[in-house]
Amino acid sequence: MIAFILRRIVQSILVMLVVALVSFSLFRYVGDPVATMLGQEATLQDRAELRERLGLNDPIVVQFWDFLSRAVTGDFGLSYRLQQPVMELILSRLPATLELALISGIVAFIVGVGLGVYTALNRRGVGSNSIMAVSLIGVSLPTFLIGVLLIWVFAVELQWLPSFGRGETVDLGSWTTGFLTESGRASLVLPVITLGLYQMTLIMRLVRSEMLEVLRTDYIKFARARGLSNRAINFGHALKNTLVPVITIAGLQMGSIIAFAIITETVFQWPGVGALFINSVQFVDVPVMAAYLLLISFIFVVINLIVDLLYYVVDPRLRVDRAAPGH
Amino acid sequence: MAEPLLSVRDLVVEFPTRRGTLTAINKVSFDIHPGEVLGVVGESGAGKSLTGAAIIGLLEPPGRIAGGEIRLRGERIDHLTREAMRRIRGKRIGMVFQDPLTSLNPLYTVSQQLTETILTHLPVSRKEARERAIALLDRVGIPAARRRIDDYPHHFSGGMRQRVVIALALAAEPELVIADEPTTALDVSVQAQIIDLIKEICMERGASVMLITHDMGVIAETADRVAVLYAGRLAEIGPVHDVITKAEHPYTKGLMGSIPTLSHDEDRLVQIPGSMPRLTAIPTGCAFNPRCGEAFAKCHVDRPDPIERPDNRQVACWLYEKESAHV
Ligand SMILES: Nc1ncnc2c1ncn2[C@@H]1O[C@H](COP(=O)(O)OP(=O)(O)O)[C@@H](O)[C@H]1O
Ligand code: SF4
Ligand SMILES: [Mg+2]
Repeated sequence: MIAFILRRIVQSILVMLVVALVSFSLFRYVGDPVATMLGQEATLQDRAELRERLGLNDPIVVQFWDFLSRAVTGDFGLSYRLQQPVMELILSRLPATLELALISGIVAFIVGVGLGVYTALNRRGVGSNSIMAVSLIGVSLPTFLIGVLLIWVFAVELQWLPSFGRGETVDLGSWTTGFLTESGRASLVLPVITLGLYQMTLIMRLVRSEMLEVLRTDYIKFARARGLSNRAINFGHALKNTLVPVITIAGLQMGSIIAFAIITETVFQWPGVGALFINSVQFVDVPVMAAYLLLISFIFVVINLIVDLLYYVVDPRLRVDRAAPGH
Repeated sequence: MAEPLLSVRDLVVEFPTRRGTLTAINKVSFDIHPGEVLGVVGESGAGKSLTGAAIIGLLEPPGRIAGGEIRLRGERIDHLTREAMRRIRGKRIGMVFQDPLTSLNPLYTVSQQLTETILTHLPVSRKEARERAIALLDRVGIPAARRRIDDYPHHFSGGMRQRVVIALALAAEPELVIADEPTTALDVSVQAQIIDLIKEICMERGASVMLITHDMGVIAETADRVAVLYAGRLAEIGPVHDVITKAEHPYTKGLMGSIPTLSHDEDRLVQIPGSMPRLTAIPTGCAFNPRCGEAFAKCHVDRPDPIERPDNRQVACWLYEKESAHV
């Protein structure tokens, strides 16, 4: 167990190092920081001085080490565009993205599992077939199109829900939340559907096929032969075994949700880190881009780690803490 | 003789398929008396498992009982509602499947699986159920049952898991236990122990056993009577000793040749040429006719029905038609 955790942590660190290297290369190969910071009219001497001050003349390895040690403390320098510390910018935008992603993830999981179980248990029913058909559309429509369609129907035509922004937010010190106001919650609805729909259909299809598989196993047949109630079999035995592989995938999806938030945030002008990233790409604001890349990767890696550990907790076969007697 | 515990009459099991209906069990009749062990033998695909599944009400759709009747203590159980049949499973008819490695849910402890079965069928408290479960495990020969009961299935070896499965099948004191090749998946060294255990524990509780196997040797040592199935039909049924020492149906004679202990005399070893027909190609007349050395004209035209004889045996073969006519 300890060895397993250590191995996973080392792997995670390696992944982060590779991502850091990519982020770092952004500085060297995307745009020229000196030109960006000084503008076109700067003298050659000004440029040379800045290069020296930024450490751009040091050996690459030293520069990378420098970048790493600053990144670890959350120091990514100033945004070229806004002349504000990058970390400050990101932290101010992060709550919007995390709240959106979290609610999307939870909704996608609950609805996905519910529909997956329903369609697995009523395999040949009309309801299941319609759900499966609609879910195909859900998977194949691009996110931005879904967003635009939702805005058109619910914001423009019906005028039920807001089409952009977070609504009113409440400042809780280092975190601004939209959960506490009516307009904040209303503003969440359409972006949450847009962002969560794809993951929801994915989870639904996964739960359905997993559950059908589990329902065919010998232990389910034996559970029936023991006369257990349908409820105990479907929602006890079958669902539990279905969810073991599903939580892994669903957990990993959380990372994708945060990453894919870029599109949803753009469509709904949601003030999160995804929108910040899109803006910084337009302005070649390399420090912000690099920090975003690292942050998203970090979240991915941490989620992966947690999911692996969770898997351990859920599946007793993986627990080797208790030596198995020979017979 | 007293009323049979289980009475199967003209059982027909069909599978509707795109290319017509397959008749997997074709008019099979037999009785199992209280406290009796009925062995059911036949080659793989003869319909042994389907017969068991039909009795306990676990035929997998599209398979269905298309004719005949099944009575438990005189009461028909072949067209009960799903809920009524569920109450019989585990409570009045227990089942032991072939593979103990896959019969137990890997995510539940042995204790959870035992107590849920007991609580489903018996009016006892959770604490009493647990005590019963421990006593059962102890009875089926799990050492240190009180300590091992909270282990997961993967902590037990194959033989031990089959003991757990037996405990589960017997948890609610059924009157009939259907054991479908209970040792085929086990190590040869433990097979005899498991068979003995099933017989012993059922006899001590007064439960009858339907022991399905393709091993004539096991039948010879364990069963009171034996039914021989061939291509979904009953070939011969009678007291084990009589059938083994004086097999009458040509197919049974062939099967007897395959018991090592009975065929040490090389000359007596009977080889049955050919293989059992597939359901789509069962010949008219006697299903065994292509392989039968004694077939004559009538065998290719009419199907022989089992003929009841005074010595408590039935043989479905035209060779014995005249004999019975004298009775
Ligand atoms: N789901 C099914 N669909 C079609 N045929 C089946 C199905 N299940 C079993 N059968 C057929 O029924 C026959 C009897 O099967 P079974 O009872 O499992 O034999 P066994 O004597 O080996 O236990 C076999 O020929 C098998 O091919
Ligand atoms: S009925 Fe005819 S073919 Fe069938 S077993 Fe008897 S002799 Fe052989
Ligand atoms: Mg079988």
